[in-house]
Amino acid sequence: MMREITYTTAAREALAEEMARDPSIFVVGEGIGARGGNFNTTLGLYDLYGPMRLRDTPIVERGFVGMCTGAAMTGSRPVVDFMFFDFILDSFGELFNQTSKMQYMSSGRLKMPIVLRGCIGIGGSSATHHSGSYYPIFVHIPGFRVVMPTNPYDAKGLFKTALRGDDPVLFLEHKSLLNVKGHVPEEDYSIPFGQAAIVREGTQATVVALGSMVRLVEKAAETLASEGISIEIIDPRTLAPLDIDTILQSVQKTGRLLIVDETFAPCGIGSEISSQVMEKGFDDLDAPVMRLNGLHTPTPYSPALEAAVVPNPQTILQSIRDLLAE
Amino acid sequence: MPDEVTKEHALTLWRQMLMIRRTEEQLAKSYAGGMIPGACHTYVGEEAVATGVCANLNHEDAVFSTHRGHGHALAKGVPPREVVAELFGRVTGCSRGRGGSMHLFSPEVGMMGTSGIVGPCILQATGAGYTFKLLNKPNVGVAFFGDGAMNNGAFHEGLNLAAIWDLPVIFVCEDNMYATEVPFAYATKNQDVAARARTYGMPGYSLDGNDVLAVYEAANEAVQRARSGGGPSLLHCKTYRTRPHAEGMRDAGYRTTEEVESWRQRDPIVTLRDKLLTENIAEEGDFEEIESEIKAIVEDAAEFAKNSPYPDPATAAEHIYSV
Repeated sequence: MMREITYTTAAREALAEEMARDPSIFVVGEGIGARGGNFNTTLGLYDLYGPMRLRDTPIVERGFVGMCTGAAMTGSRPVVDFMFFDFILDSFGELFNQTSKMQYMSSGRLKMPIVLRGCIGIGGSSATHHSGSYYPIFVHIPGFRVVMPTNPYDAKGLFKTALRGDDPVLFLEHKSLLNVKGHVPEEDYSIPFGQAAIVREGTQATVVALGSMVRLVEKAAETLASEGISIEIIDPRTLAPLDIDTILQSVQKTGRLLIVDETFAPCGIGSEISSQVMEKGFDDLDAPVMRLNGLHTPTPYSPALEAAVVPNPQTILQSIRDLLAE
Repeated sequence: MPDEVTKEHALTLWRQMLMIRRTEEQLAKSYAGGMIPGACHTYVGEEAVATGVCANLNHEDAVFSTHRGHGHALAKGVPPREVVAELFGRVTGCSRGRGGSMHLFSPEVGMMGTSGIVGPCILQATGAGYTFKLLNKPNVGVAFFGDGAMNNGAFHEGLNLAAIWDLPVIFVCEDNMYATEVPFAYATKNQDVAARARTYGMPGYSLDGNDVLAVYEAANEAVQRARSGGGPSLLHCKTYRTRPHAEGMRDAGYRTTEEVESWRQRDPIVTLRDKLLTENIAEEGDFEEIESEIKAIVEDAAEFAKNSPYPDPATAAEHIYSV
């Protein structure tokens, strides 16, 4: 029987195995040394690899992102552990003007093997400085890979690909998923970027669900199945590159598309998927493409307000019903 | 300054400075002639800094530079042909026409980029130092930056990180007194840059940046210390650009012609030549020989650039990702 481990353990296992294989990998972050990370992302690794490879930093996000950019240019493979992904905002200049552009500006003679990981998402009254996701911004910029695993199996397999590649990778871990358990094989495996997962097969509507929304949409699909309604669910797994072909094939079958995303709608992932489906699959559509997003607002603290800014099982169900009624 | 200056060493440095000067003069001429489609920030007047520092480096050492970086690229070993061709936007340029003046890349010789943004080079050189320490390589990261970077957060963050982890990094502040047109004296209450280095816990050198021998000696000490595990250093090199911030720009309203003239009198190339002649270390003929050699190299570079093709437009989106 296959073992079950948590999402965080799966990702940490990938990191530990790759660090054992490749001495040029090192991790930087606040409290990722002897303490093992606020979210246990590096637990136990300091004892194995010491301070050069598990490097606690001062609180200088711009500084250590810029530093890791230079490190990646010269032959090492940094992993930046932001703890909360919100903290990446202080390093945008380095990331957008430097990290993402070095391979291009050097006409491919420099590589940029850097993994930027952190916990995203709304929940637990984390309020507005510990709830951000921001991934659409990175999808907009040429040069980044944007990866958002939604289960332990994908977390390990996608992290392996991130650590073995030569591109800057945003590795985003939704806080509601960190302690979720799932089957993860002990043998080595990796999952290529740009391959969506069909989480559930169905015939009447396609729902593309991002991050923590996958589990909520699965529940909605079960409810609808009991009414005889068949929903197909797609988890893109990586947003850059985006596997639009799998989405198009699904829409060809179902004729209807809803994109469910916790974060903001304007210029978001749903907008992009919608545009591409309109450009490449317009004739397959039996209804307008719909989006369900969190509210376009900073994240409030009070549980009553916090719950109001994210999609929930009821709004998801209603959106699917609306789509089917079109 | 060393007690004894050998002829070979001094002429090598003089030759490098002259190579930068003549290449820059060629670029200024080419800019005026419409051959350079983008910006062109020359290094005229500051040649002693890049020359004195880079003479201590090899191709495995990593240099991270500024918007005024032609001199750094040339001193690090990028051939003049590739620098001129890059500014002409040709495929034979060191960045294959993707960069121009402010994005000169040649990782093959450890030239890790000039940059259009002030500050990041300080952090990236720190990162190079991290790699070298992690992988036990005897190399150094070098950041060149102007006085304009001194009050940027990257300076504070980079120096502190390099200091707390004893990284092999050389921070070279080229203080030419103006951040474009804003005087360093206006922007900075404490202008003792070497003292700032010491507050981060690293040695700071206050240097005449127009004295190539002094820069060489200080850099030599700093590089040796870094290579042997002694951590980072900062060199504060006081110098001056005698041409406008960028070619084609009005050079008035922020400095006087008298000031520019006074620094022309301290030209690093003339100064070293006079010294070597006065002290009978070299003869007129030595300099004439180098002059004519460099003249031929730079003329060839311009001719090469002019005759080189532009990049294929079909390649405009290549190399964004590694695969």
